[in-house]
Amino acid sequence: MRCGDFRQSYAEDMSLFESPLPRVLLAGLLVFLLVLPGFASTYWLDVLSRIFIAIIAATGLNVVTGYTGLISLGTAAFLAVGGFATAAMAGKAGLPFVVVIPLSGLLTALVGLVFGIPSLRLKGLYLAVATLAAHYIVEFIVTHWDAMTGGVNGISVPPAHFAGLALSDDRSMYYLILPVMVGLLFFTKNLFRTKVGKAFVAIRDQDISAEVMGVDVFRYKLLSFAVSSFIIGVAGSLLAYQARLISPENFPITLAIDYLGMVIIGGLGSILGSIFGAIFITLLPEMLRLATDALGSYWPSLMVIVAPIKTGVFGLVVVLFLIFEPDGMAARWNHIKAYWKLYPFSY
Amino acid sequence: MEFFLQLLLNGVVVGSIYSLVGLGFVVIYKSTSVLNFAQGEFLVLGAYICLTLTVQYQVPFFWAFLLTLVFSALMGILTERLILRPMIGEPVISLIMVTLGLSSLLKAIVQGIWGTELQPFPNIFPAEPVRIGPLPVSQGYLYSLLSVAVLLILFTLFFKYTRSGVAMRATAFSQQVSLSMGISVKRIFALAWSIAAVVSAIGGVLLAGVRGGLDGAMAFFGLKVIPVVILGGLDSIAGAIVGGPIMGILENLAGGYLDPLVGGGAKEVAPFVVLVLILTIKPYGLFGKIKIERV
Repeated sequence: MRCGDFRQSYAEDMSLFESPLPRVLLAGLLVFLLVLPGFASTYWLDVLSRIFIAIIAATGLNVVTGYTGLISLGTAAFLAVGGFATAAMAGKAGLPFVVVIPLSGLLTALVGLVFGIPSLRLKGLYLAVATLAAHYIVEFIVTHWDAMTGGVNGISVPPAHFAGLALSDDRSMYYLILPVMVGLLFFTKNLFRTKVGKAFVAIRDQDISAEVMGVDVFRYKLLSFAVSSFIIGVAGSLLAYQARLISPENFPITLAIDYLGMVIIGGLGSILGSIFGAIFITLLPEMLRLATDALGSYWPSLMVIVAPIKTGVFGLVVVLFLIFEPDGMAARWNHIKAYWKLYPFSY
Repeated sequence: MEFFLQLLLNGVVVGSIYSLVGLGFVVIYKSTSVLNFAQGEFLVLGAYICLTLTVQYQVPFFWAFLLTLVFSALMGILTERLILRPMIGEPVISLIMVTLGLSSLLKAIVQGIWGTELQPFPNIFPAEPVRIGPLPVSQGYLYSLLSVAVLLILFTLFFKYTRSGVAMRATAFSQQVSLSMGISVKRIFALAWSIAAVVSAIGGVLLAGVRGGLDGAMAFFGLKVIPVVILGGLDSIAGAIVGGPIMGILENLAGGYLDPLVGGGAKEVAPFVVLVLILTIKPYGLFGKIKIERV
């Protein structure tokens, strides 16, 4: 008797959905997200939009760090490139958002290729340090190229227009961000069912073996940087449209560390992991804020130290995850799923 | 000319502190292959503890300084025991991320206890400048330079002649061989972390003394030491000692001559530009051990 989930062909093994149920659940979730703005407050729509942008960027980082094994501290710089490219194209050139968003992504991908060149010779620690240096160089450029980026004062971004309608409030931004996120998630998920994605994973697992098997390691490393920074650039572009005013201060190195924290906490090399991590790290300050608001009346001194508490809890969570669950929330999720699958007859 | 000499001198002084903190980086990297991104926070924490002891508890500076060192050593051991030891054998990304997490945690502790405003640091050096040739040089610079030089010599002797120093070098060479020779590698790891914490704390106190003030932004110093140790070679103590002044002079010259052209910030970014150049041309630095791998 068949009991359990058997995969009998390669196509079955590679399918996106193991069984019909997840497909239905996912469709249900999508419908829920689509109708949500009908009854959610603008505050939660804003939080959700920020979570979606974080999911996009974390997925982009996961492509290069989780799937290809190249550690990048350049996420904040890529977001900045995407954001300022959008500010320039939408603000100065007046292009519509359907052109601006992909172009910002492509421009960021180009910058990503340049970032990726050191990976010709470097890996691991040295590559992390190289991307750290690149972050500071990009930060220096966006701070000092006043004509293009507005310098330290920042630059304002005009709202996106769709069919003559300005997408300036939280609800319409939500409907702009949601489809982009869903599209990019499906793109990334499918990427790892193709030759290119498998080459990325081969490089992560053993670069020498990958080279021996005929994977052009340097080419695919560069490609990984390009794909990753394209996705992050799109996130940066959406960020610019949502924030409407961006300055170099919006993209500190701690932002890059936050994103690295997301993919670690969520799970390296897992799309689901990027989603979990992005939700967790974006909600963390909101939850802390709610908690301090609630406790503030009893303990007023708490309000003063809320910023350090956020930093500290982030650091603590990252350290604890690395020690106790190095594979992240996605692995924990799969454990739970596997446990319930055959419950109560687990053997 | 005088401007040039002034920049050179500033560079050497800051660079000497780079060397000292860089020594901490190298000691940790050599023995445990971890790059410690939390070094800057060690530096700030040490300086704040020294400040609190001298100002709030009125401890004489000398004893406050000694207590700071004891505290830093304990903190280094604790960090190794609680956070780094469970990470032995984990991939590089975990090692990098755990020190980044540690740095967030320590930053939060520092901000939570001492806030973010600049606090005046007591004058640990005599205030009136001495003249060397045409240049008025503040005594703080000279004392700082002198103490770093003495410390670096002491550490070189320590690694060369003492039992623990030799054991550390053996561990860096091969952990397995050291284990079979009866060296406790765990103890060496703890020692490496406490040495790193102690040199960072000394660097922090000297830096705060030279600047005359202390705030959390000083942690950036820890990141700026990375170009220094990459220049010298991540696993070379001599490299850290040589790399410090080179990078210090370089960034001060860049700050002095390029800032008027680009409108500020050249001093902060110059080390990172150099870092990218080193990494593309000579990734293992001036004195680092070259590992050839062609993939």
